[in-house]
Amino acid sequence: MADLTTEFLGIKSPNPFWLASAPPTDKEYNVRRAFEAGWGGVVWKTLGAEGPPVVNVNGPRYGAIWGADRRLLGLNNIELITDRPLDVNLAEMTRVKKDYPDRALIASIMVPCEEAAWKAILPRVAETNADGIELNFGCPHGMAERGMGSAVGQVPEYIQMVTEWCKQYYDKPVIVKLTPNITDIRHPARAAHAGNADAVSLINTINSITSVNLDAMAPEPMIGGKGTHGGYCGPAVKPIAMNMVAEISRDPQTAGLPISAIGGITTWRDAAEFIALGAGNVQVCTAAMTYGFKVVEEMISGLSDWMDGKGYSSIEEFRGMATPNVTDWQYLDLNYVAKARISQDDCIKCGRCFAACEDTSHQAIAMSADRTFTVKDDECVACNLCVNVCPIEGCITMEEVPVGQLDERTGKIVSGDYSNWTVHPNNPAATAAQ
Amino acid sequence: MARSHQASGIRPARLSAAEIAENFKDLHAPYDAHEAAVAADRCYFCYDAPCMTACPTSIDIPQFIREIQAGHADSAAKTILNQNILGGMCARVCPTETLCEEVCVREVAEGKPVEIGRLQRFATDQIMAKGVHPFSRAASTGKTVAVVGAGPAGLSAAHRLAMKGHDVVIFEARPKAGGLNEFGIAAYKSTDGFAAREVAWLLQIGGISIEYGKGFGSGLTLADLQAGYDAVFLSIGLAGVNSLRASGEDKAGVGDAVDFIAELRQAEDLAALPVGRNVVVIGGGMTAIDAAVQSKLLGAENVTIAYRRDRSAMGASRFEQDLAASNGVKLMFNVMPRAILGAGAAAEIELEYTEVVDGRVSGTGETVRLMADQIYKAIGQTLEQAPESLEIEGGKIKVAAETGRTSIAGVWAGGDCASGGDDLTVTAVAEGRDAAEDIHASLMG
Repeated sequence: MADLTTEFLGIKSPNPFWLASAPPTDKEYNVRRAFEAGWGGVVWKTLGAEGPPVVNVNGPRYGAIWGADRRLLGLNNIELITDRPLDVNLAEMTRVKKDYPDRALIASIMVPCEEAAWKAILPRVAETNADGIELNFGCPHGMAERGMGSAVGQVPEYIQMVTEWCKQYYDKPVIVKLTPNITDIRHPARAAHAGNADAVSLINTINSITSVNLDAMAPEPMIGGKGTHGGYCGPAVKPIAMNMVAEISRDPQTAGLPISAIGGITTWRDAAEFIALGAGNVQVCTAAMTYGFKVVEEMISGLSDWMDGKGYSSIEEFRGMATPNVTDWQYLDLNYVAKARISQDDCIKCGRCFAACEDTSHQAIAMSADRTFTVKDDECVACNLCVNVCPIEGCITMEEVPVGQLDERTGKIVSGDYSNWTVHPNNPAATAAQ
Repeated sequence: MARSHQASGIRPARLSAAEIAENFKDLHAPYDAHEAAVAADRCYFCYDAPCMTACPTSIDIPQFIREIQAGHADSAAKTILNQNILGGMCARVCPTETLCEEVCVREVAEGKPVEIGRLQRFATDQIMAKGVHPFSRAASTGKTVAVVGAGPAGLSAAHRLAMKGHDVVIFEARPKAGGLNEFGIAAYKSTDGFAAREVAWLLQIGGISIEYGKGFGSGLTLADLQAGYDAVFLSIGLAGVNSLRASGEDKAGVGDAVDFIAELRQAEDLAALPVGRNVVVIGGGMTAIDAAVQSKLLGAENVTIAYRRDRSAMGASRFEQDLAASNGVKLMFNVMPRAILGAGAAAEIELEYTEVVDGRVSGTGETVRLMADQIYKAIGQTLEQAPESLEIEGGKIKVAAETGRTSIAGVWAGGDCASGGDDLTVTAVAEGRDAAEDIHASLMG
């Protein structure tokens, strides 16, 4: 069995699956049960400054979208940081860490953007013996209106400034949690790096309205007839999170900056994909909130079995292996040619590929009177839409046209020579460079 | 009471009222809203969908399923009813396993079709439960149409004609409308008086009156109808029953399956309905299955269907055959009745084994006897009391395909009494609808 032990920023945990800072990690009771269930680490629900705690709404704080059988695909929330007193949280963290020394315990923190506020809380967190801190620069609802959370994460200069304070007043690892509610994730990551952050974690939730109640004419979740945007998470956000992780992973300015990946991780495969893109570990929330803490068992067995099958004995062996293959569009090989192929043995004759191609793409699929669907090679641009709409996995595939063969669409022989947009004759920039 | 199913002879109350109620509950339980959404999500929304082509009424099945999936079942119901005004009954009685669901790409791929029939029922039940009738009449044309027979074809034609603005009078020999929906078809396919409720709902369109107790056997003549109405539509069904041609056919205990089913459908108290201990049903179609299964459900100890050809030639679908078998009905193939034996009342039936040579059935000489105190004939129905002036083809009123025109101008026919088409509710609905369109075009042209 593969060794899932991870050492992230020097913090050891028996597996790479941490619970993200969120409702599941709000108190000692939950965290103890999470550790008993097998979670490798926990980022405690975000702590606020000393004083009266924040208050939450007393109506619905979650909204969701579902698949047909109520499979939860996306969740949003308008819950704020912990609404329990700071000293209660700190006392609980101290007890839990003492009892679970082999698990990671990270304190998430969100206090006003003032040096004194951070200077005040950091020593108290240090006393808990937590393994590190995570700076919550991500939550896009509620706290952002008060100049915290994503309001900080959207200003790289603030990120760097606060990170520097934390590195000054705290001697254990500092993780900066980033908001995806920005245009280019690389800038906040670079700011964290410049502030000497030990790592970044991403993504926090995405601003969202999950649905509109058409009777009440108000967004959900609805509080007394009104709603507000909440933070979106769950399986639906994974593709967005993966792109952001990859962007940071392959950015030369942040190369080597450790990443704790967050965003819709539900199964072992999701975790493996993030790790392949460079993440050193992963954080999970929605899957646990949907199915309970037990979901970690499948994540552990699945990742372990897959690693055994591939011959990886540790996570470090495949971490970041996919990163070099993430590139810019301009470097994609324009001389690579593929064509769709429909397996007639597997085809169930639903005609979705035909409808999609004929109505919305390249008119490259023919339909016979007996519902046989075939690809017209002289029209097919290999766009992959037919593959994506086909209900039968593996029925339609994209097959590379071998070097030396004719591409019937262009009338050209496939050369096999790599060539991209930067040197293409239609590219004005390429022409200008000559 | 525990052993009353083993009591000899034809007698009531073989099972308790509770057992009978359980036995005759809905064959396919209706979907609730969530089940319907999940079932609808399985539809691939096929291009030029095979299911739609297979439906005799050409319902846009992918469209109505998508409407269910998107949470507006009322729209789905309109999509269905626009093509098939008896979509509610067809959802219950259509042999979907040989129509839409047989060609569903998921049946072909996985052996598990989208459950189109149950989804259709979900949509039509929803709109009927609200009492909504989503059609209204066009301005009156001043034209009148006589419809003979208030079965599926007649009701379908009448509704379409009324919708077009014509005034329709239906003549129905029986005391209730619905035809085989009301008097045929197994009770577990039309529970809670659905056939009658559907007729009442259909009549909400207005412009249709029904005169009961009137048919060609009871005073009505085609000449009178032609003189009194602008057009005539005949949907008189098949009222006659074929005979066994076996000795002893006149013995007590021998009857027509269609009469048994009609009696059962109209019974106030099923437990009071007498049934034999050893029931033999002769035939291989849906009527044979309906009679056999319901005999078993009433508490008969042994029920056998005796069919003269092999399984593959049986008119009843494999689903229906399995339904019978799972209810404990024994299916015998390649046997035909020779004699019914017994002192006054039937006690045994002698069957002769058959072989089929060049499509013709002949006896092998080998015989077998079964205990049989009740024997039902389900070997097909015949046209009766059709006006003599009409041209007959293959034992049915000859009509033109698509239009339903008979050999007499101004007279149309559809449903089981007319040539062409399978003798199915859904086919009758299609024929009634299409004849109505042709009548309308003729009257307004």
